[in-house]
Formats: sequence, C-alpha cells, structure tokens
Amino acid sequence: MKTFDYTIKDEVGIHARPAGQLVKEAKKYESKITVSINGKSAEATKLMAVMGLGVKCGQTVEVTVEGADEDTACEGIRTFFEENL
Amino acid sequence: MIKLSGKPVYQGIAMGPAAVLRKEDQPVKRIRIADTETEIARLKKAGKEASQQLQKLYEKAKKEVGESSAAIFEVHQMMLEDDDYLDAIHSMICTEMVNAEFAVAMTGDNFAAMFAGMDDDYMKARAADVKDISNRLIRNLSGEKEIDFASMEPSVIVADDLTPSETVQMDKEKILAFVTVHGSANSHTSILARMMNIPALIGVPVNLNEIRSGMTVMVDGFRGEAVFEPSEEIGMAARERIQKEQDKIKLLQELKGKENRTKDGRTINIYANIGSVSDVGYALENDAGGIGLFRSEFLYLGRDDYPSEEEQFQAYRQVVQTMAGKKVIIRTLDIGADKQADYFDLGKEDNPAMGYRAIRICLKEQEIFCTQLRALLRAAVYGNLSVMYPMITSVDEVTKIYEIVERVKEELDTNGIPYKVPEQGIMIETPAAVMISDELAEMVDFFSIGTNDLTQYTLAVDRQNERLDDFYNPHHKAILKMIQMVVDNAHIAGKWAGICGELGADPKLTKRFIDMGIDELSVAPSMILPLREIVREI
Repeated sequence: MKTFDYTIKDEVGIHARPAGQLVKEAKKYESKITVSINGKSAEATKLMAVMGLGVKCGQTVEVTVEGADEDTACEGIRTFFEENL
Repeated sequence: MIKLSGKPVYQGIAMGPAAVLRKEDQPVKRIRIADTETEIARLKKAGKEASQQLQKLYEKAKKEVGESSAAIFEVHQMMLEDDDYLDAIHSMICTEMVNAEFAVAMTGDNFAAMFAGMDDDYMKARAADVKDISNRLIRNLSGEKEIDFASMEPSVIVADDLTPSETVQMDKEKILAFVTVHGSANSHTSILARMMNIPALIGVPVNLNEIRSGMTVMVDGFRGEAVFEPSEEIGMAARERIQKEQDKIKLLQELKGKENRTKDGRTINIYANIGSVSDVGYALENDAGGIGLFRSEFLYLGRDDYPSEEEQFQAYRQVVQTMAGKKVIIRTLDIGADKQADYFDLGKEDNPAMGYRAIRICLKEQEIFCTQLRALLRAAVYGNLSVMYPMITSVDEVTKIYEIVERVKEELDTNGIPYKVPEQGIMIETPAAVMISDELAEMVDFFSIGTNDLTQYTLAVDRQNERLDDFYNPHHKAILKMIQMVVDNAHIAGKWAGICGELGADPKLTKRFIDMGIDELSVAPSMILPLREIVREI
C-alpha cells in the first residue's frame, strides 16, 4: 500500500470537471485508490462520492493506493493531482 | 388518436409535433413491477440515449458557447456513469420491485439532497445537475422528447396554463399553436395568441400524462378541436385547410399600402397593439399606420428586478425609430391583476382587478414612474412618440401625473439631457372615466378606450374567470353607449379618440365604429389587413 498527501491548489477545490477526470484516471488502474479528508473517504472511481467530499482549495487530502499495480498507479495519480488540482 | 374539444381563442389551423410543458413538480408514478430484468434493460437503454444526447449537446455548446461552458455536459455524462448512482437505482429496482422511472426519481432526489446539504456554494449547485440528469433518464424511459426551445422545430405548445412571462420568453417563430387545459378567453395569454396570429385552444381537457412531446397534434381554431395523433384522413384534410389559409393570407397582402377608406370617403386609422420591441416587425409587415398600444410592462415581466432607465430608453427609442415617423403610443406600466411580477412585492389582493395596479402603483412609487417617464421623454426626440396613462378614474390623477411630468422635465433640464414632451393621452377603461370624459377631454391630448377592462368593470364580470364567459357580452348596449359618449366628448374638446381593446378588432362592429366617428382602432397586427378589407367595402 502506498500513500501520499496533497494540498489542493485549485481555487475551486475538487470540482466537477477535475473530479470526473480523476475518476477516468483512477479507472485505468487495477489498484483501489482512496481519497480521504477529515475522516471522510471516497473511492477515486466514484464521481459523486469524490465530489461529496467537498474538498476545498488549501485543504490536504490523503491518497492511498493498494493493489498489484500500486507503484504505477500512485505515480499516475500523484502526477494527475499536480497537473490538475 | 385522441380528439379533444376546447374553446378557440384564435381562428386558424395548425399541425405539428407537440411540445409538452409539464410543471416540474408533477410526481413520477410508482409502479410495482414483476420483471426486474426488463426494467434494468430499459434503464440501460435510457442511459445510452442520455449519453448520446449529452454528447450532441456538448458538441453544440462547444461550437456556440465555448469549451468551458460546454464542459457541464461532460460532467453530466460522467455523473450518469457513476457507480454509486447507478448501483442505487439498480438496487431500488430489484429490492423494491419498482419501475425504473421511480427508482431514478428517488435516487436523483437523494443525491441532489446530498449536494444541496453541502456548505460549499459550488457543490450546492450540483444538486441541479443531478436532478437534470435524472430527469433526462426519466424522459428517455417514457419515450418523451425533450423540449429545447432554441433548436426546437416548430411545435404546438401543450401545457396546463401559460403565464404571460412564459409566453414572452418563447421563440415565436417556433410556435405553431397553443393548447392549454386552463386559461380564459379574455386572459392575457389568449390576447397574446391572437397577437401572434397563432391558433390557440383553451379549456382543453388534456391529460398531460397521456400526451408526449413529439406526438403529432392538429389544432383547429375554427372548430375548437385538438386531435392528437390524427388519422391519415384528418391529417390530409388539415393540410388542405392550412393551404387555403395561407392563400387567404396572400390575398390580404394585396391590401398592403392601400388606405383605410370607406366607399363614401370616410377614413379611420388602424394601428397595432404590440407587447415587445421585436413585435414591431409584425406591425410593419401588416402595414400598421402606427402603434396604438405598446404594452411597456413586458419590460418589467419575466425578470427579477426593475428595468433601468437606460434599458427602457433603448427599447422605446428602437421602436420609435423603426416606426420611422409613424405614431407610437406607449402605455405606462400596467402591472397588477393578471400581469404579475414578484419583485414588485404587490402582495395578495382579494380583488386584484380592482386593486393596486397600473397608474396607482406609479403615483405611489413615484421613483419607478419617474424612471419610465424620463426614458420616454428622452426617447421622444427620436420619432413620433405619444404616452398613454392607464386606469384613470379622476381629474385629480391626471393633475398629479402632470405635476410629476413637470418635475421630470426640470430634472432633465438641470442635467442638460435632451428630451421632448410627447402627446399625452389616457386610457378610458373605467366607468368613472367615461362619466367624466367631458372634463378629462379638456386636460389630455387623446383618449384610447380599453374595452376589455371597461367591459369587465361595467358588466361586473371577471375577465379571467372561465365560468363567466357566457356572461361576458362585449357588444352590450351599455358598452357601445359608453364608447359613443367618450368619442363625442373627445370631439367636443377637439381631441381624438380610439379603441385599443379587443373590441376594436371585432369585424361585426367596424361599420358601427366608423358611424360613431371613432378616429382610430388599434388591434393585433394580424387583424389590420382584414379590417382594412372590411372598411373598404363599407
């Protein structure tokens, strides 16, 4: 299992469009990817759940990746966050 | 085939696809089903359709509005594919044995509630998105076509009832006819249908749940019939009659440019009643001699705050310039009764027809009145503009109005803003005004008789009460006598008098009106040429 933290830079937080793109990205991998904040968590493949976290600009999320391809998945997801959020 | 009768409001015949306007809070029926597999299959199909629809919308939006605005449709597609959303619908169908529509509606509401409960404004707004995609799925499940007013093909609007604000926002080019369950012959909506030359039926007992958008419907404004999914026979007959109507219209076009002159040389002005700047086109197309009534309240309806002086000025100026020297009579704000705007905060009244409306609002809320007057006086520089004040009942009211106009003039002078004082007239639409029309004639430049309200007040019949249509006799002797009195009093004072109410367009009375000495009839644009034909035969 791999984890990393990420602080959101995007002004609107995790809004619909990047959330949707995150879901697309996460679905590429076998591993289970979870995004958590303040005790709440959502699987990165579930759009409504991710949006439901209500992550705002400046907040820090914890991302966990667990599965056969966790190395590539983790890299891929981290890059995604850095480029889009 | 479903045949229904209703009351015709405008004689004409049209045929085309129905566009059903359902009030949003019509609940989705919960139906117990036995075969969950079929429901799941229906759901899948509806989902696929939805995805395709959204793809089309995305592409259209991208072209017309740009990538970032179009993005919302992509989001909708992703929401439709969300596992949690779909799982919830599936499980409701399977565990509760209900129809897909209901499962979608419930799930949609739940997710929408989740978003609405978040403390982030952006997320709160997403509740509407969830509702939107759920409604899309439900529409697809019930085989209903979506109404997209912008790219909609010309259709017959079928609704429970229509408010003046709703009809204002519709694209007139796309409307073939109106069919409503409610509405009264003299309500504003009916007047609009006549103005738009659109066949309309009211009081049609349509079951909005049985009718779907896309169904062909034939509307016969002559016989008062609406036929949904007409048979071959009926369809063909309708097409023939539509052709005949179009030929008749061509004939009338030949009357364009000719005078409104009787065989014995008497003339009468025939002007147009309009409700928006874009209607000026209709007026000119139909060879109106001028605009006898420009209903300025359309600038105030269908929005949530007051129109600014600048906005009004631009609108009035445009009309006046487009009419190029022909008279344009603009009626000041006539809100109240059946013309409602929430932001005016008028409150509920027991008798709105006899309530706080029109000039009464203007005399109490002088700022709103002054804004309109300033815009009118400024616009008067650009053409032949006249102002008309509605709902007058006393000499006192006119005196007060003139005092306010003086103040407005001083203000404009002080600020060096160019203006012109237009011809000022009043509407005679109350029995009181009729009785003192001799005194009023000394004070104003002209009268315009509002027969709709005058008849309502004189016969004590509520214009908007469908049950009273039998008691509403617009040809009542009392009304005709009143009209004669008003015309005579105007002429004694050397002023002119016209009619802007619906009665003016009544072909049975045209000769009578000319005999009475009426100077002007202001009617729906579609009636101008037919009336001219009648006048020339007298």
